Amino acid sequence: MSAMSAKTTTAEPVLEIRDLSVDYGYGDDPTHVLRNVSLTLNRGEVLGLAGESGCGKSTLAYAATRLLAPPGIITSGEVLLTGRDGRRADLLGLTDGQLRSTRWQDVAIVFQGAMSSLNPVYRVGRQLVDGILAHRKGMPRVQAEERAAELLSMVGIPADRLRSYPHQLSGGMRQRVMIAMALALEPQVLIMDEPTTALDVVMQRQILEQVMELRDRLGFSVIFITHDVSLLVEVADRIAIMYAGEIVEQAAAGDVYRRPRHPYSHGLLGSFPPLHGPRRELSGIPGSPPDLRRLAPGCPFAARCPHVMDVCRTDRPVLGPTAFASTGPGVATAAEDGRLVACHLHAQGSGPVPKALAR
Amino acid sequence: MTFLLRRIAFYALTAWAAITLNFIVPRLLPGDPVTALMGRMQGRIDSNAEQSLRVLFGLDQDLSLWQQYTAYWAMLFRGDLGLSFTHFPTPVADIVGQALPWTVGLVGVATIIAFVLGTLVGIAIGWRRGTWADGILPVSTFFSAVPYFWVGLITITVFAVNLRWFPSNGSYDRGLVPAFTGEFVGSVIYYGFLPALTVVLSSVAGWILGMRNMMVTVSSEDYVTVAHAKGLPGHQVVLGYAARNAILPQVSSFALSLGFVVGGTLIMEMVFSYQGIGYTLYQAVSTHDYPLMQGCFLVITLSVLVANIIADFAYVALDPRTRKED
Repeated sequence: MSAMSAKTTTAEPVLEIRDLSVDYGYGDDPTHVLRNVSLTLNRGEVLGLAGESGCGKSTLAYAATRLLAPPGIITSGEVLLTGRDGRRADLLGLTDGQLRSTRWQDVAIVFQGAMSSLNPVYRVGRQLVDGILAHRKGMPRVQAEERAAELLSMVGIPADRLRSYPHQLSGGMRQRVMIAMALALEPQVLIMDEPTTALDVVMQRQILEQVMELRDRLGFSVIFITHDVSLLVEVADRIAIMYAGEIVEQAAAGDVYRRPRHPYSHGLLGSFPPLHGPRRELSGIPGSPPDLRRLAPGCPFAARCPHVMDVCRTDRPVLGPTAFASTGPGVATAAEDGRLVACHLHAQGSGPVPKALAR
Repeated sequence: MTFLLRRIAFYALTAWAAITLNFIVPRLLPGDPVTALMGRMQGRIDSNAEQSLRVLFGLDQDLSLWQQYTAYWAMLFRGDLGLSFTHFPTPVADIVGQALPWTVGLVGVATIIAFVLGTLVGIAIGWRRGTWADGILPVSTFFSAVPYFWVGLITITVFAVNLRWFPSNGSYDRGLVPAFTGEFVGSVIYYGFLPALTVVLSSVAGWILGMRNMMVTVSSEDYVTVAHAKGLPGHQVVLGYAARNAILPQVSSFALSLGFVVGGTLIMEMVFSYQGIGYTLYQAVSTHDYPLMQGCFLVITLSVLVANIIADFAYVALDPRTRKED
């Protein structure tokens, strides 16, 4: 699927996150949960965002849409959204009114909790309709209801379910309703924050396939957040790997899967069973993520890294080209040029890259 | 529909139990009403009248407890609660019927004001928590923490005795004839202001605190974040999503507090000598007027029951999850 959709991808950015930093806490010593994260989502693309729990994946999604609840504060950065008319606007600089009209219309979100994302006291139909009417002033209610019915059947739910309350639907149906709701205004960007985590594997697959099919049909771009890298490899065009509030590697999905360049990506891939190919032993990553409140200088992954060097404990690596890029010290290949990695192993003059990371 | 029938059956059973208890308890008390009345009148009733009193009270017939019980029910259905000793020979039903509107009017309105005010303030400070508005909490909690009668006495001292803005007792200007005229209604509101103020002052904190805490809880629910993400207007998110769900526990405690409107205002009516059910009950207790006490208890019990019914149905109306799927 990723190969097919890659054709439709153009390099026109629709959502560009630049240098986004987020702190939790107002005091003198806030916790830096996101540190200068930059990420670009191109039109028509599925961008996967993966990492362990607590690495800041969801925080990134909430911050980029200004839904961050206190005590989260955005300390720097911009989130540039290219509108349908081609104009770009910084979401973080919009007034409340402008932000409100951008929401759902341009950027829609499907949240983690399929169970709790719907208001239990309103019928499903009403919750679909109020989102539509908030943006289509003057649209008759009947028309919005027709649209809601159309949306439900689009995700494979009979239209008479509009009259149901959320507790009368199964978990899978609720998540489908959320997806239908998110697509109500045909947004340009759909952010999915672990949309299938609470569902069983069969339901996961069905829903994912449906979303990808709708993506091909409606042409929206997707940011897909999950801890399940093997899932991402199947659905995403590009993958960004996050660790301790930073992006440590970014590349085309297949490249990350077959040729991880960062020791953390390598470890993360080793902790999921491969979907195809021979069976291999699951390795996992020793240790646990660092305490973001007391981050040592240097690479945050240093303590768990099998290839750690002296420089890793003192200098923080920045996101840059890999050792195999045309400018790097390794054997250059053209496919390497779009890849980014934040690791000292790929810096100039740091010796040969370990074999596991040089495939 | 089955839900409705089951609830009705349940409440019928509860009402039967309450009324039966109301019938049994006075019969377990020592002494008999005639001796009590003679004693109360302190010789002003001729001892020869004892027999006629017994006839009047229906104590001359030697009825079994079961016969008395069926007779009690028969009288109850006719609205006959017996005769009051204190206001002899006024029927208890009349006394209760006169007192009830005053209590329901005054305390009912005050309770509704406290609920609406407290809930609105709770929504506001729960939504914008961490601002200066949180300072309302300790102030209002202070008033509900100090004893009720004390708040009443302080308001009387300040507003009735010192400032002379409001009367200290009574329920309307005695110079007026009760009628639905502007003057009389104005007088009722004027006399009722201080008692209502104490009810509001001492109960509003509970509503504020309850609503604020529920707002804080509900505000972090995913569906509220979704409502934000949908770009709904601010008031729609606050009222339609956050407050709409946060108010559910408030509504049931509101319905229950309506039940205590009738019985729970004894002290307020004593302090302000307000002619409601509480004051009547107080008089009945201090003069050993058993029939009147029984009448008051019956009204209080039934009103709590009715409030429970309202609470039940309000909750079902507001929260679809409590409805049975038919």
